[in-house]
Amino acid sequence: MLVSLAWSSLASRRKSVILTFLSLLISISVLLSVEHIRQQAKESFNRTISDVDMIVGAPSGQLNLLLYSVFRMGSPTSNINYKSYETLKSSSLVKWAIPISLGDSHRSFRVMGTNNSYFEHFKYGTKQPLTFNSGQPFNTLFEAVIGADVAKKLSYKIGDSVVIAHGIGNTSFTHHENTPFIIKGILSPTGTPVDKTIHVSLNAIEAIHLSPAKQAELLNNVDSVNTTPESITAVMLGLKSKFSTFKLQRDINNYKADRLMAVLPGVAMTELWQMMATVENLLRVIGILVLVSSLFGLSTMLLASMAQRKNEIAVLRVLGAGPSAIFSLVLVEALILVILASAAATTLLSLTIWLLGDWLGATYGLFLNANMLNVETLKVITVITVAAIITSAIPAYEAYKNALHSSLGAKS
Amino acid sequence: MPNTISSASTPLAIHINQLSYKYHKADKTSFYIPNWQVKQGEQVFLHGESGSGKTTLLNLLAGVLTSQSGDINLLEQAFSTLSSKKRDKFRAQNIGVVFQQFNLIPYLSVLKNIQLASYFAKTGNTKIEQEANALLLALKLPTTILQKAANTLSVGQQQRVAIARALINKPKLLLVDEPTSALDAASRDAFIALLIDLCKQHSITLVFVSHDMHLQQFFKLSVDVTSLLKEEFNKC
Repeated sequence: MLVSLAWSSLASRRKSVILTFLSLLISISVLLSVEHIRQQAKESFNRTISDVDMIVGAPSGQLNLLLYSVFRMGSPTSNINYKSYETLKSSSLVKWAIPISLGDSHRSFRVMGTNNSYFEHFKYGTKQPLTFNSGQPFNTLFEAVIGADVAKKLSYKIGDSVVIAHGIGNTSFTHHENTPFIIKGILSPTGTPVDKTIHVSLNAIEAIHLSPAKQAELLNNVDSVNTTPESITAVMLGLKSKFSTFKLQRDINNYKADRLMAVLPGVAMTELWQMMATVENLLRVIGILVLVSSLFGLSTMLLASMAQRKNEIAVLRVLGAGPSAIFSLVLVEALILVILASAAATTLLSLTIWLLGDWLGATYGLFLNANMLNVETLKVITVITVAAIITSAIPAYEAYKNALHSSLGAKS
Repeated sequence: MPNTISSASTPLAIHINQLSYKYHKADKTSFYIPNWQVKQGEQVFLHGESGSGKTTLLNLLAGVLTSQSGDINLLEQAFSTLSSKKRDKFRAQNIGVVFQQFNLIPYLSVLKNIQLASYFAKTGNTKIEQEANALLLALKLPTTILQKAANTLSVGQQQRVAIARALINKPKLLLVDEPTSALDAASRDAFIALLIDLCKQHSITLVFVSHDMHLQQFFKLSVDVTSLLKEEFNKC
């Protein structure tokens, strides 16, 4: 009865109620989306790499190495010797090693040179291995395996040929026109940068950087030119025992024959998030301020309605409603608004993410889950509801006081 | 004096004893009633000039205002000394109130307005709709009115709905404060005749407050508020 009374009361003040509802809807949406994107971005970042114990590259910052080797962001500063990779691979502590070579692109998708150990050992998410949607790993020099996004965006199929450009960017002047690659395999979607990568063999990377004359020769006879790489960008390592991590890291950092740096993905990832924390907190603070302002709006709306509701309250009093019933009535009105606004905001965001999901993934590498119904969202909504109860206690108390002093036949 | 005439055998609906009430705490003079009794089933016309304290008395009887000293017994039960929560409950269950105007919650339907009275009285009445229909019929209102929003009715209709609502919990005491001031003479007379008739039928004690002496003709008992209050000067 109280709820239905509150509902009718709100309906009778439609205009101001709808405006308040919209302001709540917007602020709750802002807060929820900040929280959701924060959560999901972290998850999306953390799932890009799994089960890799160490990344070895040329000495720079650990963040730099992590960004270019895992996220395909930025460019490597310098390379490491191919021989170092072979040394690492044969180390007794190392279970497997994946060499990677970056620096080329194809229509703004990064090209990565590697070998078949990548498809075998690289894992993402919760130790999920890469799987082929169709086709198989590359076998010969001019074969490529593409990520799910590449296939989708450029509508490539198995058997299509692609031309790989030197450098990164769409309008590279030095197209390697002579060396077309045949697409041999397409990977299943992973929701990680792998989806946006074109994988070729290390030898292929070497081959596209040969002089035109040598390339012509190579096209005639694949074995005529030595395409064993001299240098690569980085190596991802899986260790036999986690306990040897620090020993190996120290050994690599002190390696005499080449200048190497080993980073632990987990540690680098944490550093990355600490950098993001400032931005994250800023967004949160803005979200909270917007919410607080609209909660005050709610409180103001209810408070302003008190004058016109004096008679209504007097009637309720006479019917036997105690001051506490009047207090709860106002509180219930506020709660109805906040709960409806929260539900609407959740739906709105889910819908938006569902509609924009592909675009966000393609443009920002942000893979968001459209399902907003999780513990975090519920936590945020609980906090919002509690805040709403606190702020609407002011008009509710006003109503309570009115109820105490109201007398029969209030005439204003 | 009415109190001397009343026989002990008839139960009292209202019994006021040494009641004093100050409008503001700092006031030297106070609203003071030494003694007033109304028997159950009586219909009393309470009149007085504007500002003579009619409405204050009604507020005290309804328990919306509380006295500083003295006590009010209603239906032979202590009323003014109850806790505010119990007083609210007692009012909801035993007292019907009709004001000059603004009796209904404007945005609710007539039925909802009537249901609300039953809700706060916690009577658990499941046949409200039928009973409301019967009351509306007795008050010569079309029953189609039940689903209409209260603010779409005419003032006369609203006042009659207010009576229906006041009677839904079968109160033993009905307090009305100038309910006819917004009505024209013809509908006023019809309204009062109906009201008195209904009260007699259900043996409800009625206290009808008005400054309009024309209405006195409808009542057997008539009391001037100033006559109740006059001893205030003797006392001070």
